[in-house]
Amino acid sequence: MDNNNTDNQVQLRQLKPSFSSRFKDFFVRHLQVFFYSLGLLSRTPFSTLMTAAALGIALALPAGLYVILDHAKQLSGDFDSINQISLFMQKDLGEKKTLEIKTRLEAYPEIAQVKYITQDAALQEFQDNSGFGDALKALKDNPLPHLLVVYPSLTHSEPEQINALLMKLKQIKQVDLVQLDIQWLQRLHAIIHIGQRGILIIGCLLALAVLLIVGNTIRLAIENRRSEIVVMKLIGGTDSFIRRPFLYTGFWYGLLGSLIAVLLVNISLIIINDPLVHLSSLYESNLFSLGLMGIDTSVILLLSGCLLGLSGARIAVGKHLKDIEPK
Amino acid sequence: MILFDQVSKRYNGGNEALSNVNFHLNPGEMAFLTGRSGAGKSTLLKLIALIERASTGNVIVGGKNLNKVSRHTLPYLRRNMGIIFQDYQLLYDRTVYDNVALPLIISGFSSREVKKRVHAALDKVGLLRFEKKYPLTLSGGEQQRVSIARAVVNKPALLLADEPTGNLDPDLSREIMDLFLAFNQVGVTVLIATHDIPLITQLDKPIVQLDQGQLVSAEE
Repeated sequence: MDNNNTDNQVQLRQLKPSFSSRFKDFFVRHLQVFFYSLGLLSRTPFSTLMTAAALGIALALPAGLYVILDHAKQLSGDFDSINQISLFMQKDLGEKKTLEIKTRLEAYPEIAQVKYITQDAALQEFQDNSGFGDALKALKDNPLPHLLVVYPSLTHSEPEQINALLMKLKQIKQVDLVQLDIQWLQRLHAIIHIGQRGILIIGCLLALAVLLIVGNTIRLAIENRRSEIVVMKLIGGTDSFIRRPFLYTGFWYGLLGSLIAVLLVNISLIIINDPLVHLSSLYESNLFSLGLMGIDTSVILLLSGCLLGLSGARIAVGKHLKDIEPK
Repeated sequence: MILFDQVSKRYNGGNEALSNVNFHLNPGEMAFLTGRSGAGKSTLLKLIALIERASTGNVIVGGKNLNKVSRHTLPYLRRNMGIIFQDYQLLYDRTVYDNVALPLIISGFSSREVKKRVHAALDKVGLLRFEKKYPLTLSGGEQQRVSIARAVVNKPALLLADEPTGNLDPDLSREIMDLFLAFNQVGVTVLIATHDIPLITQLDKPIVQLDQGQLVSAEE
């Protein structure tokens, strides 16, 4: 815009303020609007809470599923690390031969450790744990072979690598039976994989729902304050000035919604936890407990809530604010 | 300050609100714009405030061709104008003080400066004692004075008023006019659209008359 005025007129002020003065006001203004928009929301606490609760539920669902799946993954991770392959030796193989094989196996790079369980020790353990103790005592001979328990090294714990190792172990002549129930592990992995995809889909849909809820709420807020927006435009409010309170309102909705979501998820975890501990004790496993939502998950949930709120508001504002012009 | 150069305005739907208007107002001048309803008075003011844009011709305000003012710089241009409406356009959920402070807050003044200027503006229109009241508790004349205080608080170079006394009785109208005269005396350019002929003929100011979108006379 050219500013040359040769006439001796009363000059209009510079059309745009200098960058430095705009920069100086920037933080102060944002801080003002930050609290102003919170004040606006607190004037209508009931409807604010209703909207925030809807957002909270929409955010809690994928977040809660994610937390549960994350625990399931950790659980299967535990099983990964206790992957073990049992090698049942041929019945007549002596202790010395078995130890030779043990030494040979320990040299394999894919094997971390080999544990030798004699047939006597195996029988003893079976008697202790199976509940058939007395019946087994009636046996004259020990029917069990020597046993080598192979622990694959951590660098070779992927299902395909385990399979390869399994093939290799089966080649050993003196081994009668190689046993690893890897199938259920693979199935668990597959189920978790499906679960992850499912949560991704649910998460995307519900994120869209959050965008729509916030967008619609902001659209109504804009509609309610139409006359105010007209006045603002008439007295020289810039688009960003008029936009700002609505954006912060979206931000607050997102933050409130995600706080409610964190609360909902944690309450659900607490409710589920007791029966889960009971169930895991029935499986004689280490006591498995869900605990609360992790700090990092909570932070991610809060951040994405704020971001979704802000984006929803931005979309609504971009769409509807332009339509409101003084007439 | 204001220059209309062969300006026409045609609204969507075809009716021509202004046709080929040439008109100018010097800095520091005050003029009245009259004519029957629908003669184009409001349209002329809207073109100056960039609420509407000219279909053809140039509108130049303060040396700036409004055809070249983008949507983005438009707010900064409006900060140089005080605009006053027949229906006041106040925000009814805010106090008188907050209403008058709005242009200053938009322009980013410090709160101390805002307070100083709002008090000065309210004092000028004689409403300082009402600063904490809400507009709806005030009379029409008082509300119009609030809107004038809001229009002048930013010390604009130009005051535009569209039927500012349209809802007021003669005594109040005269008071409002006196306010405009006072602002004009300190150098503000003032353009007022009105059909209150008896009132403005008492004042020694140029009258611009519009008829069916055309300028019929500019009495000096």
